[in-house]
Amino acid sequence: MKPPAILYCHCQYAQVLPKEVKQAVLQKLCDSGQPFEAVPDLCELSARRDPALARLAAAGPLKISACFPRAVKWLFHAANAPLAQDQTEIVNLRNLTAEDACAALFEPVVTPNLPAGKVTAADAPTAHPQPEPSTVS
Amino acid sequence: MALSDPTVRIVLYEGSGAEPLAAEERFQTMTALLERGFPVTRAGAERPVAPPDRAHVTVLGRFTEPVPTDSADGAHVRWQSLEGLDPVALTEQLDAQRSELGVARPGEWKPWFPVIDYDRCTNCMQCLSFCLFGVYGVDEEKRIQVQNNDNCKTNCPACSRVCPEAAIMFPKYKAGPINGDEVSDADLNREKMKIDISALLGGDIYSMLRTRSDRAKSRFSKERDSDKALAERQKCLVKLAALTADVPPEVMIILPSPEEIARKAEEAANRAKAALQGQKS
Repeated sequence: MKPPAILYCHCQYAQVLPKEVKQAVLQKLCDSGQPFEAVPDLCELSARRDPALARLAAAGPLKISACFPRAVKWLFHAANAPLAQDQTEIVNLRNLTAEDACAALFEPVVTPNLPAGKVTAADAPTAHPQPEPSTVS
Repeated sequence: MALSDPTVRIVLYEGSGAEPLAAEERFQTMTALLERGFPVTRAGAERPVAPPDRAHVTVLGRFTEPVPTDSADGAHVRWQSLEGLDPVALTEQLDAQRSELGVARPGEWKPWFPVIDYDRCTNCMQCLSFCLFGVYGVDEEKRIQVQNNDNCKTNCPACSRVCPEAAIMFPKYKAGPINGDEVSDADLNREKMKIDISALLGGDIYSMLRTRSDRAKSRFSKERDSDKALAERQKCLVKLAALTADVPPEVMIILPSPEEIARKAEEAANRAKAALQGQKS
């Protein structure tokens, strides 16, 4: 089975992820020698509707080290890049210890944990067409 | 700068034809790049690297073989040796390149905007009716969506407070469920989550401001005292700010004039009404 790709969010533009947890996870990723994707701020990429998110969402099994699964799921959706419910695991750096976060991230099996609420994602409006992101003054 | 501007993506390449970095150097380089707003792909030979899509790509590495010359076919790929560059010098050089390319400079705008949880959203349009800044709109099926996320006022989560289903998240907010944490029954039952627009502001904000405006106009006509009218408006806004503890004072201060608020509120209400009617038909 294809090993999961790893995406790490540094949450650069807010102080909501504990610094020591972020650092420990990034250090461990760098020590591991594994390929991974790192983004400065997932919210920012979502706002830009960065095509990188669609590429990652479509690439198969994926582990995302970021914040709450509910937020990550809909950030990707907002970027026209819906995550696969059965192939995505979110490692929440907001409420896990560095040790637990690393353990979850390096576990080769994906444990899907995106929330499935009262309606399915298919009932959500398609993000297309939306106006292009507008100008930031 | 536009949010649709291309960006610069970095590939930290350690596969065939390049020496691997020491783990600590990799960590320092990665940290420096992320802190300067560069997305980074750490690549070996194990996986193909994705194409540049709309980004310019700079490939970094300790290359042991000649690297291709910069692409001239529009793919915007550059190659940059790490030799002799510490992380600070490297990021300065990449920053300069970014300026030269005229691409987006992440970090100029704090990415603060609402994210809708469509698992919870009932399309009631309260958020559209409430927001004065045109953040929300509807798609062709009359479903609510965030259309102008950079119109949102940084650190203001007020629209999430008017959502009866706690379906509006601000992932950078400090507390749940607005930050995306699970929504519990207790959250929905909690008074502060169940408020509607009028309860939020101790009355209808718009009619309140209109009343204030009428009073101010009447006084203004008698007194011809613009300073006093301004002071009255500021007093009104400060009072509103106190009622909405979450709304930063700077957001309250930049609220438009009462007349403008009334006009925008009416516009938003009409859009919401039209969207709701569109759903029914």
